[in-house]
Amino acid sequence: MSGPAGLDDTPTAGLPPAMAGIVEDFQALPERERLQLLLEFSQGLKPLPAEFEGHLEKMERVDECQSPVFISVDVEGPDAGNAVHLHVSAPPEAPTTRGFAGVLQEGLEGLPAQVVLDLPGDVCHRLGLDQAVSPLRMRGMTGMLARVKRQVRVATAA
Amino acid sequence: MSTPLDTDAKLAAYAHPEKLVTTAWLADRLGDEGLVVVESDEDVLLWDTGHIPGSVKVDWHTELNDPVTRDYVDGEGFARLMAAKGISREDTVVIYGDKNNWWAAYALWVFTLFGHPDVRLLDGGRAKWIAEGRETTTEVTQRPATDYPVVQREDGPVRAFKEDVLAHLRAPGGGKLVDVRSPQEYTGERTHMPDYPEEGTVRGGHIPGADSVPWARAAAEDGTFKSREDLEAIYQGEKGLSPDDEVIAYCRIGERSSHTWFVLSQLLGFGAVRNYDGSWTEWGNAVRVPIVKGPEKGSTGTTA
Repeated sequence: MSGPAGLDDTPTAGLPPAMAGIVEDFQALPERERLQLLLEFSQGLKPLPAEFEGHLEKMERVDECQSPVFISVDVEGPDAGNAVHLHVSAPPEAPTTRGFAGVLQEGLEGLPAQVVLDLPGDVCHRLGLDQAVSPLRMRGMTGMLARVKRQVRVATAA
Repeated sequence: MSTPLDTDAKLAAYAHPEKLVTTAWLADRLGDEGLVVVESDEDVLLWDTGHIPGSVKVDWHTELNDPVTRDYVDGEGFARLMAAKGISREDTVVIYGDKNNWWAAYALWVFTLFGHPDVRLLDGGRAKWIAEGRETTTEVTQRPATDYPVVQREDGPVRAFKEDVLAHLRAPGGGKLVDVRSPQEYTGERTHMPDYPEEGTVRGGHIPGADSVPWARAAAEDGTFKSREDLEAIYQGEKGLSPDDEVIAYCRIGERSSHTWFVLSQLLGFGAVRNYDGSWTEWGNAVRVPIVKGPEKGSTGTTA
């Protein structure tokens, strides 16, 4: 199964290298095992920086997720290439959401802001998880990416 | 029934005490022959992070639904699923899950469509088991495949379709309906649960004549069901429902109303309770069906 088709319909088309690598890893697995890989990403989600610990009000709630999930995006200055860093708080009882957050965190880490903004909107669906996870549950990840982009847009417009 | 009943005093007061077990009862019987523990969660990966030893995962979204039709699996599909999970028709199935057993109750309701003879819910679900510090494991138990018979699904007694709800509205005296969504969803102020994603309903409000009893009113602080006395005070005392009434429960997609279906039919012994699984995502988008906005119930019979 390939990802949603563009002109180039390979699942990695138009993706930055780290995200393309993650998509390839998922696509290389049979559908059922993709869930296990998502579980590994949920375990790899980085702990929150100290400034957010106990201060979720400083972060943005992702309403599209069925669990309390909060994100915050740092965008460094032009000297540092406008590098993007994503912080996520997601509870252990929501491993699927944590997994999606882990994919975005690893796939976007350190990318220039413009590259994040240019990410194809369907990137979440290219992991090939729609069947194993169910379409309803995919909304959370799509919502998370939309909010990451919005924060990047706000940070770079300033 | 192959597995003894839980004789806990609180459970004994319910109309069907055989449909519920306590965490203590289950802990004593894990691994018993003829007992299969099933976890059914909102989060598809939660079981994988740790579960009751020996339990198997049954995912409502991806395993109990037909991937094409907006419907549940058929008799062949259910038999295949049970066989693969290592569940026999004779087994006692105890279901538990996250989020106050919503999805567990939904799974139990689907098992009921196939008339699985002995299926019970773990009172308090996953959260209570973990809060009590009981054992969990990430170890996957592969139960030997079984030969589960193909049993045709019987929707009639416990499942209502949109047409059934319309007929229910026109019944003499008006059929009873219980809307188990949040008060804001009932009035039409919003079309989805607070904190939950928008799932595309065009209109907000409720089915004419429906009583508003948010599902959570049936649950105690620790996620267990309230006592029979407390439940009677809500559904019979406050709302005036009677065990002889024909009742249809609905929510947004049918999972929270499965919880209320369980309360009314299994705990309070109402004889004719159906779950309208199309619920507000269907009703709120359907062409030319009556709805009521605001806090008033509205009436059945006249508006339809």
